[in-house]
Amino acid sequence: MNSLLLECAGLDKRFGGVLALAEVGFSINRGEIYGLIGPNGAGKTTLFNALTGIYSCDAGGFSFAGKPLAGLRPDQIAARGIARTFQNIRLFGNLSALDNVMIGRHVRTRAGVFGAILRTRATLAEEVAIERRALELLAYVGIAARANDVARQLPYGDQRRLEIARALATEPQLLALDEPAAGMNATETLELKKLLERVRADGTTILLIEHDMKLVMGLCDRVLVLDYGRKIAEGPPREVQRDPRVIAAYLGGAEGAASS
Amino acid sequence: MNIFAKILTKARSKWVGVALIALALIALPFALAAAGTAWVRIANLAILFAFLALGLNIVVGFAGLLDLGYIAFYGVGAYVYALLASPHFNLHLPFWVILPIGALVACVFGVLLGAPTLKLRGDYLAIVTLGFGEIVRIFLNNLSRPFNLTNGPQGISRIDPFSFGAFDFSRNETIAGLAFSGPIKYYYLLLALLLLAIVVNLRLQHSRIGRAWEAIREDEIAARAMGINTTRIKLLAFAMGASFGGVAGGMFAAIQGFISPESFVLVESVMVLSMVVLGGMGNVWGVVLGAVLLTFVPELLRDWVQPVQQSLFGKTIIEPEVIRMLLFGLALVLMMLFRPAGLLPSAIRKRELTKQK
Repeated sequence: MNSLLLECAGLDKRFGGVLALAEVGFSINRGEIYGLIGPNGAGKTTLFNALTGIYSCDAGGFSFAGKPLAGLRPDQIAARGIARTFQNIRLFGNLSALDNVMIGRHVRTRAGVFGAILRTRATLAEEVAIERRALELLAYVGIAARANDVARQLPYGDQRRLEIARALATEPQLLALDEPAAGMNATETLELKKLLERVRADGTTILLIEHDMKLVMGLCDRVLVLDYGRKIAEGPPREVQRDPRVIAAYLGGAEGAASS
Repeated sequence: MNIFAKILTKARSKWVGVALIALALIALPFALAAAGTAWVRIANLAILFAFLALGLNIVVGFAGLLDLGYIAFYGVGAYVYALLASPHFNLHLPFWVILPIGALVACVFGVLLGAPTLKLRGDYLAIVTLGFGEIVRIFLNNLSRPFNLTNGPQGISRIDPFSFGAFDFSRNETIAGLAFSGPIKYYYLLLALLLLAIVVNLRLQHSRIGRAWEAIREDEIAARAMGINTTRIKLLAFAMGASFGGVAGGMFAAIQGFISPESFVLVESVMVLSMVVLGGMGNVWGVVLGAVLLTFVPELLRDWVQPVQQSLFGKTIIEPEVIRMLLFGLALVLMMLFRPAGLLPSAIRKRELTKQK
């Protein structure tokens, strides 16, 4: 299981005069849980946005499963097999949990306008399959009982789970999670850890931004540390933890590390 | 067994309800005809507006794209019909050929409007669509030179009514002892088309495409990250809505027999949008109710305002036209204050528009 899934080389991203990402390079193997850490403002979410096509890169770029991702739109990248969640949860708030996950199936289904209007046999069968898969995924992340609840009214932890279910509905090879444990209590974080281990065991590679160091250390196979848009360390969590540059980055930005 | 019996009676009572409504709708034109054929015409107009509003509901209600120039597609459909079935070019194609052509041409215009506005939302989109509506109207007004396409402000007259072989929708006829006037015949045709439009709307809403529209309305960035091609899905909404407008325009041209650019002014766009908003954005039944109310109530007022004032004060103090707009404005303000999601709101839109902080 050491084949390469995602490769990033020489990635630059500039906002006006600010270099948000500078010559970032790393690679993720299939089946890995790969952590992305760093003080606040290090460029972690920027990296996610560049990966998922929301930002275009100024130099360098990604290659996914052997093919470059440059110039692809977010929906095309989702179709290639990268799904993500958002740091500030972006569910379809007024829709039910079930509808949210069913929308995630969009990219793997095909019914069009005419199929919908004529209710052809193929369309009906597809609808049944979409709903069944969505219910399965809600059960998978542990919120089956919430299927008909409005997403916005779900408890915070359930919203995070729902976002994961929605992302999994796109059948990703790589699941990119932006601070999934933010705002969770210790029990919820532990349940999240189990869920992510299960996702990995079921064959999905995970890229994880997280500030909860206990979770990162316990879950990730390898970790990339960013500071001011630059890669300052990469490797197994235990090694990275002892790296003097990492310690300096976190202690130097003490309030950043403490508050998050 | 008890439960089965209950379900059975429940299902039966539902069908009894549907049958009663169907009977009422079938009998309605004759009842209205007793009050005057004008009322049948108004009923036809209400159905036509309901059809039109259902098209706009796809764009505004489902996909959440505010369109203030929607009447342009109605105009395009009307002119396509008028040009292909009138002495203007001496063409007289049958209506079942022209209506699909009208839908297609309006659809192309829908994409023409949609393509440059893909990145716009809310207020900005509203302004561009408003401009688009005016552009179409001004073109209709001025395309009489150098080549006389639209006959300018004079409009096009003597447009063919719908006919099916020898069966002409504008002629009076007596079938089985019942007098079918032209408007009554149109009523049934329009009602059938409206039913079709309702079915199309409902099926689209509960489909993969309908969910994609909901997704881009809720959060476009999340929708894109979930693999929805927002460009295509938005254009699809514009194209579908415009096609509805095109068909409605064709029917309007045939029923009126005369059209001019004046029928496609901004106020008409606002009226159709009001029907959608007042009835309940995103809810098919609400939209139909909004269209029926906003067509009938002003006509009722026109009928009552003058006599009531005469009997109360002995003279007309406020002109019916003035009081109509006054009441219309008042109704809109009250609605937005007390029922912001419309008379029959869709559950989702209600949640969105009554958001607690």
